[in-house]
Amino acid sequence: MSEKIKFTIDGKECFAERGQNILDAATDNGIFIPALCHIRDVKPAGACRLCNVKIAGRLMTACTTPVESGMEIENDIPEIQDLRLAIIEMLFVEGNHFCPACEKSGNCELQALAYRYQMMIPRFPYEFPVKEIDASSPKLIIDHNRCILCKRCIRAFKDENGKNIFAFKKRGHKLQINIDEKLSANLSDEMAQKAMDICPVGAIIRKEKGFNEPIGTRKYDKMPIGSNIERVI
Amino acid sequence: MSKPIVATTSLCGCFGCHMSLLDIDERILELVELVEFNKSPIDDIKEFTKQCDIGLIEGGCCNSENVHVLKDFRKNCKILISFGECALMGGLPAYRNGIPIKECLDEAYLNGPTVINSNPDKILPNDDEIPMMLDKVYPCHEVVKIDYFLPGCPPRADLIWDALVALLTGNELKLPYEVVKFD
Ligand code: SF4
Ligand code: SF4
Ligand code: FES
Repeated sequence: MSEKIKFTIDGKECFAERGQNILDAATDNGIFIPALCHIRDVKPAGACRLCNVKIAGRLMTACTTPVESGMEIENDIPEIQDLRLAIIEMLFVEGNHFCPACEKSGNCELQALAYRYQMMIPRFPYEFPVKEIDASSPKLIIDHNRCILCKRCIRAFKDENGKNIFAFKKRGHKLQINIDEKLSANLSDEMAQKAMDICPVGAIIRKEKGFNEPIGTRKYDKMPIGSNIERVI
Repeated sequence: MSKPIVATTSLCGCFGCHMSLLDIDERILELVELVEFNKSPIDDIKEFTKQCDIGLIEGGCCNSENVHVLKDFRKNCKILISFGECALMGGLPAYRNGIPIKECLDEAYLNGPTVINSNPDKILPNDDEIPMMLDKVYPCHEVVKIDYFLPGCPPRADLIWDALVALLTGNELKLPYEVVKFD
Protein backbone atom coordinates (compact mmCIF):
# COMPACT_ATOMS: atom_id res chain seq x y z
CA MET A 1 0.00 0.00 0.00
CA SER A 2 1.40 3.35 -0.97
CA GLU A 3 1.91 5.68 1.91
CA LYS A 4 -0.56 8.57 2.14
CA ILE A 5 0.40 11.98 3.40
CA LYS A 6 -1.78 14.05 5.69
CA PHE A 7 -2.66 17.71 5.25
CA THR A 8 -5.59 20.03 5.96
CA ILE A 9 -7.86 22.26 3.89
CA ASP A 10 -9.69 24.87 5.97
CA GLY A 11 -8.95 22.72 8.99
CA LYS A 12 -10.43 19.55 7.51
CA GLU A 13 -8.07 16.59 7.63
CA CYS A 14 -7.25 15.27 4.15
CA PHE A 15 -5.09 12.54 2.64
CA ALA A 16 -3.17 12.46 -0.61
CA GLU A 17 -0.69 10.46 -2.62
CA ARG A 18 2.82 11.82 -2.40
CA GLY A 19 3.48 14.19 -5.31
CA GLN A 20 -0.18 14.82 -6.07
CA ASN A 21 -1.08 18.42 -6.80
CA ILE A 22 -3.33 20.22 -4.31
CA LEU A 23 -6.20 20.56 -6.77
CA ASP A 24 -6.50 16.84 -7.53
CA ALA A 25 -5.94 15.98 -3.87
CA ALA A 26 -8.72 18.35 -2.82
CA THR A 27 -11.05 16.76 -5.37
CA ASP A 28 -10.26 13.29 -4.01
CA ASN A 29 -11.14 14.55 -0.54
CA GLY A 30 -14.48 15.95 -1.67
CA ILE A 31 -13.41 19.59 -1.63
CA PHE A 32 -14.09 21.81 -4.59
CA ILE A 33 -11.47 24.30 -5.69
CA PRO A 34 -12.60 26.23 -8.78
CA ALA A 35 -10.42 25.73 -11.85
CA LEU A 36 -10.71 26.64 -15.50
CA CYS A 37 -7.45 25.52 -17.07
CA HIS A 38 -6.74 22.30 -15.20
CA ILE A 39 -7.49 18.88 -16.62
CA ARG A 40 -6.66 15.86 -14.54
CA ASP A 41 -3.67 13.85 -15.76
CA VAL A 42 -2.55 16.63 -18.09
CA LYS A 43 0.50 18.66 -17.08
CA PRO A 44 -0.82 21.72 -15.21
CA ALA A 45 -0.39 25.10 -16.85
CA GLY A 46 -1.30 27.52 -14.06
CA ALA A 47 -2.94 29.70 -16.69
CA CYS A 48 -6.23 30.84 -15.17
CA ARG A 49 -5.22 31.47 -11.52
CA LEU A 50 -8.69 30.54 -10.37
CA CYS A 51 -7.45 27.72 -8.17
CA ASN A 52 -5.51 30.10 -5.91
CA VAL A 53 -5.30 28.91 -2.33
CA LYS A 54 -3.37 30.29 0.62
CA ILE A 55 -0.50 28.39 2.17
CA ALA A 56 1.45 29.93 5.03
CA GLY A 57 0.01 33.31 4.10
CA ARG A 58 1.01 33.07 0.44
CA LEU A 59 -1.21 32.65 -2.59
CA MET A 60 -0.34 29.55 -4.63
CA THR A 61 -2.11 27.92 -7.56
CA ALA A 62 -3.42 24.58 -6.36
CA CYS A 63 -3.00 22.88 -9.74
CA THR A 64 0.75 23.52 -9.92
CA THR A 65 1.67 23.02 -6.27
CA PRO A 66 2.37 19.52 -4.97
CA VAL A 67 0.78 18.77 -1.66
CA GLU A 68 3.17 18.26 1.23
CA SER A 69 2.80 16.48 4.50
CA GLY A 70 1.37 18.73 7.21
CA MET A 71 0.41 21.50 4.79
CA GLU A 72 -2.31 23.81 6.08
CA ILE A 73 -4.27 25.11 3.12
CA GLU A 74 -6.84 27.89 3.17
CA ASN A 75 -9.45 27.60 0.45
CA ASP A 76 -12.94 28.75 1.38
CA ILE A 77 -12.11 32.09 2.98
CA PRO A 78 -13.66 35.44 1.96
CA GLU A 79 -10.39 36.92 0.72
CA ILE A 80 -9.74 34.07 -1.72
CA GLN A 81 -13.35 33.67 -2.78
CA ASP A 82 -13.50 37.36 -3.66
CA LEU A 83 -10.25 37.11 -5.57
CA ARG A 84 -11.68 34.23 -7.60
CA LEU A 85 -14.88 36.15 -8.27
CA ALA A 86 -12.78 39.10 -9.43
CA ILE A 87 -10.97 36.82 -11.89
CA ILE A 88 -14.29 35.49 -13.18
CA GLU A 89 -15.57 39.04 -13.59
CA MET A 90 -12.41 40.05 -15.41
CA LEU A 91 -12.83 37.19 -17.85
CA PHE A 92 -16.37 38.36 -18.58
CA VAL A 93 -15.41 41.98 -19.31
CA GLU A 94 -12.24 41.33 -21.27
CA GLY A 95 -13.99 39.13 -23.81
CA ASN A 96 -17.39 39.39 -25.43
CA HIS A 97 -19.65 36.96 -23.61
CA PHE A 98 -23.17 37.12 -24.99
CA CYS A 99 -24.47 34.12 -23.07
CA PRO A 100 -28.04 34.27 -24.40
CA ALA A 101 -26.71 33.59 -27.91
CA CYS A 102 -23.90 31.19 -27.01
CA GLU A 103 -23.99 27.53 -28.03
CA LYS A 104 -22.15 26.59 -24.85
CA SER A 105 -24.54 28.34 -22.49
CA GLY A 106 -25.66 25.96 -19.77
CA ASN A 107 -22.61 23.76 -20.30
CA CYS A 108 -19.98 26.48 -19.95
CA GLU A 109 -17.60 26.29 -16.99
CA LEU A 110 -16.96 30.04 -16.84
CA GLN A 111 -20.67 30.77 -16.79
CA ALA A 112 -21.22 27.99 -14.24
CA LEU A 113 -18.63 29.51 -11.94
CA ALA A 114 -20.33 32.89 -12.27
CA TYR A 115 -23.57 31.15 -11.23
CA ARG A 116 -21.92 29.43 -8.32
CA TYR A 117 -20.51 32.73 -7.10
CA GLN A 118 -23.82 34.47 -7.93
CA MET A 119 -22.14 37.09 -10.04
CA MET A 120 -24.80 39.68 -10.76
CA ILE A 121 -22.59 42.18 -12.58
CA PRO A 122 -18.82 42.43 -13.01
CA ARG A 123 -17.23 45.16 -10.90
CA PHE A 124 -15.12 46.20 -13.91
CA PRO A 125 -16.31 48.13 -16.97
CA TYR A 126 -17.02 46.12 -20.12
CA GLU A 127 -14.22 46.37 -22.60
CA PHE A 128 -16.04 45.20 -25.75
CA PRO A 129 -12.78 44.28 -27.47
CA VAL A 130 -12.85 43.75 -31.23
CA LYS A 131 -12.23 40.05 -31.81
CA GLU A 132 -12.75 37.71 -34.72
CA ILE A 133 -14.59 34.51 -35.33
CA ASP A 134 -12.54 32.02 -37.32
CA ALA A 135 -14.83 29.78 -39.33
CA SER A 136 -12.21 28.60 -41.82
CA SER A 137 -12.19 25.02 -40.57
CA PRO A 138 -15.03 22.94 -42.03
CA LYS A 139 -15.67 21.21 -38.70
CA LEU A 140 -15.06 23.76 -35.97
CA ILE A 141 -15.61 27.44 -35.30
CA ILE A 142 -13.09 29.28 -33.16
CA ASP A 143 -14.75 32.24 -31.48
CA HIS A 144 -11.99 34.45 -30.11
CA ASN A 145 -14.60 36.58 -28.35
CA ARG A 146 -15.08 33.79 -25.84
CA CYS A 147 -11.59 32.28 -25.57
CA ILE A 148 -10.04 32.65 -22.13
CA LEU A 149 -6.60 31.44 -23.29
CA CYS A 150 -6.56 28.55 -20.85
CA LYS A 151 -4.50 26.39 -23.27
CA ARG A 152 -6.60 23.31 -22.61
CA CYS A 153 -7.05 22.72 -26.33
CA ILE A 154 -3.31 22.97 -26.95
CA ARG A 155 -2.38 20.79 -24.01
CA ALA A 156 -5.02 18.13 -24.17
CA PHE A 157 -6.29 17.71 -27.71
CA LYS A 158 -4.69 15.64 -30.45
CA ASP A 159 -6.27 14.38 -33.66
CA GLU A 160 -6.63 10.70 -34.65
CA ASN A 161 -2.98 10.62 -35.69
CA GLY A 162 -1.74 12.15 -32.46
CA LYS A 163 -1.11 15.55 -33.99
CA ASN A 164 -1.79 18.88 -32.29
CA ILE A 165 -4.27 20.94 -34.24
CA PHE A 166 -4.35 23.90 -31.86
CA ALA A 167 -1.48 26.31 -31.18
CA PHE A 168 -0.92 29.84 -29.97
CA LYS A 169 -0.20 32.62 -32.42
CA LYS A 170 0.83 36.25 -31.87
CA ARG A 171 1.94 37.56 -28.50
CA GLY A 172 0.99 39.69 -25.52
CA HIS A 173 -2.56 41.01 -25.59
CA LYS A 174 -2.89 39.88 -29.21
CA LEU A 175 -2.25 36.27 -28.27
CA GLN A 176 -4.81 33.92 -29.76
CA ILE A 177 -5.57 30.30 -30.48
CA ASN A 178 -4.89 29.10 -33.98
CA ILE A 179 -6.48 26.05 -35.53
CA ASP A 180 -4.71 24.02 -38.21
CA GLU A 181 -7.18 24.27 -41.06
CA LYS A 182 -5.99 21.19 -42.95
CA LEU A 183 -5.68 18.84 -40.00
CA SER A 184 -8.97 19.98 -38.52
CA ALA A 185 -10.75 19.27 -41.81
CA ASN A 186 -10.11 15.56 -41.32
CA LEU A 187 -11.59 15.36 -37.84
CA SER A 188 -14.42 12.89 -37.36
CA ASP A 189 -17.60 14.26 -35.83
CA GLU A 190 -16.72 12.46 -32.65
CA MET A 191 -13.30 14.09 -32.44
CA ALA A 192 -14.76 17.49 -33.26
CA GLN A 193 -17.13 17.02 -30.33
CA LYS A 194 -14.21 16.06 -28.14
CA ALA A 195 -12.41 19.29 -29.07
CA MET A 196 -15.53 21.27 -28.20
CA ASP A 197 -15.83 19.47 -24.86
CA ILE A 198 -12.21 20.13 -23.88
CA CYS A 199 -12.78 23.88 -24.14
CA PRO A 200 -14.25 25.12 -20.84
CA VAL A 201 -16.09 27.93 -22.64
CA GLY A 202 -17.75 28.37 -26.01
CA ALA A 203 -14.61 29.23 -27.96
CA ILE A 204 -14.49 25.89 -29.82
CA ILE A 205 -17.87 25.14 -31.36
CA ARG A 206 -18.90 22.40 -33.74
CA LYS A 207 -20.27 23.61 -37.03
CA GLU A 208 -23.90 22.88 -37.85
CA LYS A 209 -24.57 21.78 -34.29
CA GLY A 210 -25.76 23.74 -31.35
CA PHE A 211 -28.63 24.52 -29.05
CA ASN A 212 -29.69 20.88 -29.18
CA GLU A 213 -30.18 20.52 -25.44
CA PRO A 214 -33.29 22.23 -24.09
CA ILE A 215 -32.88 24.74 -21.27
CA GLY A 216 -33.35 22.90 -17.99
CA THR A 217 -31.51 19.76 -19.12
CA ARG A 218 -28.01 21.18 -19.57
CA LYS A 219 -25.11 20.40 -17.30
CA TYR A 220 -25.27 23.41 -15.00
CA ASP A 221 -28.96 24.32 -15.21
CA LYS A 222 -29.88 22.67 -11.93
CA MET A 223 -26.65 21.70 -10.17
CA PRO A 224 -23.83 24.12 -9.38
CA ILE A 225 -20.41 23.34 -10.80
CA GLY A 226 -18.41 21.36 -8.25
CA SER A 227 -21.41 19.86 -6.53
CA ASN A 228 -20.52 16.43 -7.93
CA ILE A 229 -17.14 16.69 -6.20
CA GLU A 230 -18.62 17.85 -2.93
CA ARG A 231 -21.15 15.05 -2.86
CA VAL A 232 -18.59 12.24 -3.27
CA ILE A 233 -17.69 12.21 0.39
CA MET B 1 -49.15 54.10 4.80
CA SER B 2 -49.34 54.59 1.05
CA LYS B 3 -48.12 51.85 -1.23
CA PRO B 4 -44.60 51.89 -2.67
CA ILE B 5 -44.59 53.18 -6.25
CA VAL B 6 -42.97 51.29 -9.11
CA ALA B 7 -42.03 52.57 -12.56
CA THR B 8 -40.69 50.48 -15.44
CA THR B 9 -39.24 51.13 -18.87
CA SER B 10 -37.82 49.31 -21.85
CA LEU B 11 -34.79 51.06 -23.36
CA CYS B 12 -32.81 49.15 -25.99
CA GLY B 13 -34.53 45.86 -25.18
CA CYS B 14 -37.09 43.59 -26.80
CA PHE B 15 -39.77 43.77 -24.10
CA GLY B 16 -38.91 40.21 -23.16
CA CYS B 17 -38.02 41.29 -19.62
CA HIS B 18 -41.41 42.95 -19.27
CA MET B 19 -43.03 39.78 -20.57
CA SER B 20 -41.14 37.88 -17.90
CA LEU B 21 -42.44 40.31 -15.29
CA LEU B 22 -45.95 39.40 -16.44
CA ASP B 23 -44.91 35.75 -16.21
CA ILE B 24 -45.30 35.92 -12.45
CA ASP B 25 -48.81 34.74 -13.37
CA GLU B 26 -51.48 35.11 -10.69
CA ARG B 27 -48.96 36.74 -8.37
CA ILE B 28 -49.62 39.86 -10.44
CA LEU B 29 -52.76 40.27 -8.31
CA GLU B 30 -50.61 40.25 -5.20
CA LEU B 31 -48.23 42.73 -6.83
CA VAL B 32 -51.07 45.13 -7.54
CA GLU B 33 -51.99 44.88 -3.86
CA LEU B 34 -48.40 45.55 -2.83
CA VAL B 35 -47.50 48.44 -5.12
CA GLU B 36 -48.83 51.25 -7.22
CA PHE B 37 -47.52 51.62 -10.79
CA ASN B 38 -46.46 54.96 -12.21
CA LYS B 39 -44.64 55.55 -15.53
CA SER B 40 -44.60 52.18 -17.27
CA PRO B 41 -45.61 50.54 -20.54
CA ILE B 42 -47.79 48.26 -18.42
CA ASP B 43 -50.27 51.03 -17.52
CA ASP B 44 -49.23 53.33 -20.37
CA ILE B 45 -48.42 56.26 -18.08
CA LYS B 46 -45.98 58.18 -20.28
CA GLU B 47 -44.47 60.70 -17.86
CA PHE B 48 -43.66 60.55 -14.16
CA THR B 49 -46.49 62.06 -12.14
CA LYS B 50 -44.80 61.53 -8.78
CA GLN B 51 -41.62 60.39 -7.09
CA CYS B 52 -41.25 56.60 -7.27
CA ASP B 53 -39.62 54.09 -4.96
CA ILE B 54 -38.45 51.50 -7.46
CA GLY B 55 -37.56 51.84 -11.14
CA LEU B 56 -37.11 48.70 -13.24
CA ILE B 57 -34.92 49.21 -16.29
CA GLU B 58 -34.98 46.83 -19.24
CA GLY B 59 -32.51 47.30 -22.10
CA GLY B 60 -29.23 49.12 -22.45
CA CYS B 61 -28.55 52.57 -23.93
CA CYS B 62 -28.14 52.63 -27.71
CA ASN B 63 -29.38 56.16 -28.46
CA SER B 64 -29.82 59.62 -26.95
CA GLU B 65 -33.47 58.92 -26.05
CA ASN B 66 -32.44 55.89 -23.95
CA VAL B 67 -29.94 58.04 -22.04
CA HIS B 68 -32.56 60.73 -21.49
CA VAL B 69 -35.15 58.26 -20.16
CA LEU B 70 -32.59 56.52 -17.97
CA LYS B 71 -31.50 59.81 -16.38
CA ASP B 72 -35.16 60.71 -15.87
CA PHE B 73 -35.61 57.40 -14.04
CA ARG B 74 -32.57 58.07 -11.88
CA LYS B 75 -34.03 61.44 -10.93
CA ASN B 76 -37.49 60.11 -10.17
CA CYS B 77 -36.79 56.75 -8.50
CA LYS B 78 -35.15 56.05 -5.17
CA ILE B 79 -33.94 52.62 -6.22
CA LEU B 80 -33.02 51.60 -9.76
CA ILE B 81 -32.84 47.96 -10.81
CA SER B 82 -31.29 46.86 -14.09
CA PHE B 83 -33.08 43.73 -15.21
CA GLY B 84 -32.06 41.52 -18.10
CA GLU B 85 -28.83 41.02 -20.02
CA CYS B 86 -29.34 44.08 -22.26
CA ALA B 87 -29.60 46.45 -19.29
CA LEU B 88 -26.72 44.67 -17.55
CA MET B 89 -24.22 44.38 -20.39
CA GLY B 90 -25.80 45.67 -23.60
CA GLY B 91 -27.09 42.26 -24.67
CA LEU B 92 -27.61 41.35 -28.30
CA PRO B 93 -27.78 45.00 -29.48
CA ALA B 94 -24.19 45.32 -28.22
CA TYR B 95 -23.10 42.93 -30.94
CA ARG B 96 -22.60 46.11 -32.95
CA ASN B 97 -20.07 47.46 -30.46
CA GLY B 98 -17.13 46.18 -32.48
CA ILE B 99 -18.42 47.78 -35.69
CA PRO B 100 -17.96 51.51 -36.42
CA ILE B 101 -21.31 53.34 -36.30
CA LYS B 102 -20.94 54.54 -39.91
CA GLU B 103 -20.67 50.96 -41.13
CA CYS B 104 -23.78 49.99 -39.15
CA LEU B 105 -25.83 52.85 -40.61
CA ASP B 106 -24.56 52.24 -44.14
CA GLU B 107 -25.46 48.58 -43.90
CA ALA B 108 -28.90 49.32 -42.45
CA TYR B 109 -29.91 52.13 -44.81
CA LEU B 110 -27.72 52.00 -47.91
CA ASN B 111 -26.06 48.68 -48.62
CA GLY B 112 -28.04 45.95 -46.90
CA PRO B 113 -29.70 43.48 -49.29
CA THR B 114 -33.20 44.62 -48.29
CA VAL B 115 -32.53 48.35 -48.75
CA ILE B 116 -30.05 48.55 -51.59
CA ASN B 117 -32.64 49.47 -54.21
CA SER B 118 -35.11 51.33 -52.03
CA ASN B 119 -33.05 54.33 -50.93
CA PRO B 120 -31.95 55.92 -54.25
CA ASP B 121 -31.10 59.28 -52.62
CA LYS B 122 -28.88 57.49 -50.15
CA ILE B 123 -30.37 59.23 -47.13
CA LEU B 124 -29.45 58.28 -43.59
CA PRO B 125 -32.23 59.18 -41.13
CA ASN B 126 -31.40 62.67 -39.90
CA ASP B 127 -34.65 64.23 -38.68
CA ASP B 128 -34.31 66.15 -35.39
CA GLU B 129 -37.16 64.07 -33.99
CA ILE B 130 -35.20 60.86 -34.37
CA PRO B 131 -32.88 60.07 -31.45
CA MET B 132 -29.17 59.98 -32.26
CA MET B 133 -27.51 56.59 -32.18
CA LEU B 134 -24.65 56.35 -29.70
CA ASP B 135 -21.20 55.18 -30.78
CA LYS B 136 -21.91 51.90 -29.04
CA VAL B 137 -24.48 50.28 -26.77
CA TYR B 138 -23.83 51.00 -23.08
CA PRO B 139 -24.83 48.97 -20.05
CA CYS B 140 -27.12 51.12 -17.87
CA HIS B 141 -24.73 51.21 -14.90
CA GLU B 142 -22.11 52.84 -17.10
CA VAL B 143 -24.53 55.76 -17.64
CA VAL B 144 -26.18 56.26 -14.21
CA LYS B 145 -25.82 54.62 -10.82
CA ILE B 146 -27.79 51.37 -10.66
CA ASP B 147 -28.58 49.86 -7.27
CA TYR B 148 -29.42 46.23 -8.09
CA PHE B 149 -28.92 43.82 -10.95
CA LEU B 150 -31.10 40.92 -12.08
CA PRO B 151 -29.45 38.87 -14.82
CA GLY B 152 -31.17 36.64 -17.35
CA CYS B 153 -32.44 36.71 -20.91
CA PRO B 154 -35.06 37.22 -19.76
CA PRO B 155 -34.59 37.17 -15.97
CA ARG B 156 -36.71 34.34 -14.59
CA ALA B 157 -40.12 35.51 -13.36
CA ASP B 158 -39.28 33.99 -9.96
CA LEU B 159 -36.12 36.07 -9.75
CA ILE B 160 -38.01 39.29 -10.48
CA TRP B 161 -40.72 38.35 -8.00
CA ASP B 162 -38.35 37.31 -5.22
CA ALA B 163 -36.26 40.45 -5.65
CA LEU B 164 -39.28 42.76 -5.67
CA VAL B 165 -40.83 41.12 -2.63
CA ALA B 166 -37.54 41.22 -0.73
CA LEU B 167 -37.18 44.93 -1.50
CA LEU B 168 -40.77 45.75 -0.65
CA THR B 169 -40.84 43.81 2.60
CA GLY B 170 -37.27 44.50 3.65
CA ASN B 171 -36.61 40.79 4.00
CA GLU B 172 -33.32 39.25 3.06
CA LEU B 173 -33.12 38.09 -0.57
CA LYS B 174 -32.27 34.39 -0.83
CA LEU B 175 -31.77 33.27 -4.38
CA PRO B 176 -32.14 29.59 -5.26
CA TYR B 177 -29.47 28.35 -7.68
CA GLU B 178 -31.92 27.84 -10.55
CA VAL B 179 -33.11 31.43 -10.77
CA VAL B 180 -29.86 33.25 -11.49
CA LYS B 181 -29.10 32.48 -15.13
CA PHE B 182 -27.62 34.50 -17.97
CA ASP B 183 -29.77 33.03 -20.75
S1 SF4 C 1 -18.50 31.07 -23.41
FE1 SF4 C 1 -19.68 30.80 -21.51
S2 SF4 C 1 -19.60 32.78 -20.51
FE2 SF4 C 1 -19.00 33.08 -22.63
S3 SF4 C 1 -20.87 33.59 -23.75
FE3 SF4 C 1 -20.67 31.38 -23.87
S4 SF4 C 1 -21.83 30.60 -22.15
FE4 SF4 C 1 -21.47 32.76 -21.74
S1 SF4 D 1 -10.08 27.78 -27.30
FE1 SF4 D 1 -11.03 27.07 -25.39
S2 SF4 D 1 -9.61 25.50 -24.66
FE2 SF4 D 1 -8.49 26.69 -26.15
S3 SF4 D 1 -7.44 28.28 -24.98
FE3 SF4 D 1 -9.38 29.16 -25.67
S4 SF4 D 1 -10.78 28.80 -23.98
FE4 SF4 D 1 -9.05 27.44 -23.65
S1 FES E 1 -6.67 25.62 -12.59
FE1 FES E 1 -4.91 26.26 -11.55
S2 FES E 1 -4.35 28.02 -12.61
FE2 FES E 1 -6.06 27.31 -13.76
